[in-house]
Amino acid sequence: MNITALKSLIDALSAPTISFTILTVIFPFIFPPSDWFEKIHRKSGLWRIWTKLGGVIGMILITAFFVIGYFDPYFNKTLTKADNFPIVLMIYSMWFYIWLGMFKAYRNDIRLDQGLKPNEYNDPDDKVLVWPDLVYIEFIALILFQVFLIVWSIIVAAPIEEPANPAATPNPSKAPWYFLGLQEMLVYYDPWIAGVLLPTFIIVGLMAIPYVDINKKGDGYYSFRERRVGMFIFMYGWVVLWLFLIIIGTFFRGPNWNFFGPFEYWDIHKVEALTNVNLSELLWVKWFNQGLPSNILIREGLGFVITGLYLFILPVVLAKTYLKDMYAAYGPTRFVTIMMLGLVMLALPIKMYLRWVFNLQYIIAIPEWFFNI
Amino acid sequence: MSDKNDKSLLEKMEESQVWKSIIRSGIPRTRRQRMHAILGSVFLHLHPARLPKHAVKVGYTWCMGGLSFFLFVNLTITGILLMFYYRPTVEYAFTDIIDLSEQVPLGIMRELHRWAAHSMVLIVWLHMVRVFMTGSYKPPREFNWGIGVILMVLTMLLSFTGYLLPWDQLAIWAVTVGSNMARATPFLGNEGPGAALLAIGDINLIHVGSDVRFALLGGRFVGEATLLRFYVLHCIAIPFVAMIFMAVHFWRIRKDGGISGPL
Repeated sequence: MNITALKSLIDALSAPTISFTILTVIFPFIFPPSDWFEKIHRKSGLWRIWTKLGGVIGMILITAFFVIGYFDPYFNKTLTKADNFPIVLMIYSMWFYIWLGMFKAYRNDIRLDQGLKPNEYNDPDDKVLVWPDLVYIEFIALILFQVFLIVWSIIVAAPIEEPANPAATPNPSKAPWYFLGLQEMLVYYDPWIAGVLLPTFIIVGLMAIPYVDINKKGDGYYSFRERRVGMFIFMYGWVVLWLFLIIIGTFFRGPNWNFFGPFEYWDIHKVEALTNVNLSELLWVKWFNQGLPSNILIREGLGFVITGLYLFILPVVLAKTYLKDMYAAYGPTRFVTIMMLGLVMLALPIKMYLRWVFNLQYIIAIPEWFFNI
Repeated sequence: MSDKNDKSLLEKMEESQVWKSIIRSGIPRTRRQRMHAILGSVFLHLHPARLPKHAVKVGYTWCMGGLSFFLFVNLTITGILLMFYYRPTVEYAFTDIIDLSEQVPLGIMRELHRWAAHSMVLIVWLHMVRVFMTGSYKPPREFNWGIGVILMVLTMLLSFTGYLLPWDQLAIWAVTVGSNMARATPFLGNEGPGAALLAIGDINLIHVGSDVRFALLGGRFVGEATLLRFYVLHCIAIPFVAMIFMAVHFWRIRKDGGISGPL
């Protein structure tokens, strides 16, 4: 296959509709949360990702992507922006450390299966002295990191652009890279959700983890199988809904926040058809063939019903049926907290797909009150 | 030859009154002296004197917590140096930044500061991933995990407020994009749901000149007041808060039973 074909393939695959779907579908097979997924995870050989070979192949693929990107005239521009270098570091380090954690977890899983203690275990009476055993490691670590920073600083100048000019808006205007996941969420949700509500839920949700996770296993050592559901949820949120959205926001979003493949030219005149419609418009205009009712609550009634069903009725139904055992084990407070956090987290991919499949703009659209969901 | 002449310079130094007044226990050679080296130093006594073996392995901790703290100190030092040269006004901010690289000897201080800042965001994230993957947030450490989440948010806010200070196009537009979201805060932003409810009669309490975005920017746009506000937040306010949370974070590691490990 020649390089141009490969590039257009990558361009096509990296469209959020495709890349996000691939990641979401494949994710439970990479971090299997149940026996069924585990079985396929084993059979298909996906478990090899968390072996040494898998780690090296991952590194090679990432490097290949960046090397091809570096020599591509268009991707080069995004890639070599000084402030985008942290993203390159992010991709490498996140891959390496998540791989390392999983590698160790799998080794421990085998040991635990055999009834052995995890690798980290040592005789509690056999302690080492912090001076010198820890102090020198810390000293070396900080020296190495300082050297790395100095070399980086000498090679790459900190970015400085034209003096601030409030009259000239750059296109695209991007937030700092660590907030680009939030900026990417703005495509699917209004700012009050993407910029305020979801960040609040992320912070509260992270802080709630120790209080809602009643699984006592896997404390103080790397392990996967003992806490696979928790691991799966965290990794999906962290890798797909946070890191991957940052990558999309950095590398794949050009002028007017339009999607561009990594090897595509950022055409400022690229036109994306804006055919998004609200649920209320679909309901009244398209299905009932009449004008929108003037009463806002009637107009958006269906949206309120759906949102209410999703957030308030669904947890109750789940508690009575599919998640009965979980409800019994976790108790009402924990169960409701997990459901709320989980459903809000899931609401992001759900809204993405509603947008992609049905061109749905808002489920509830009340611009009069700035209340769009 | 007498014994006295056999002593090395180091040993002689060790016996002097000055040395003894500073390092009471002498050069840490024996087990007892080594324990004392940790316990007797205000900096090192953040550590316990002894640790289980797995705790000192880089493979377990990835050293990320320590590096986060190192970067905070590093950024404080380079930040102080930058403050000598930088004036947070619309008139001077940009040119001061240019001067930093062109006029100031060893002009990589801004680079060190910026790259350390980006690294710190990344390293704090990796620290969180490590703590999650080892299940170290589990009881009795659940409160400290929460403190850690707050510290991570503070790290990102520190980085975000610092982003504005060079006062170039990159800076003001990134901050404009970021702070525009505040406009949509429910009840407190002028374009947020529920803001219209906060009214006395016909008078809206929340409008473009009184909402949470106005409070953040000190104006309706990213301007002079915003620069000063972000400067103070970046150099004083957030580091101050972060230091308090860090003190709690480190203290609680020890009080919650030290570093996590298998039982």
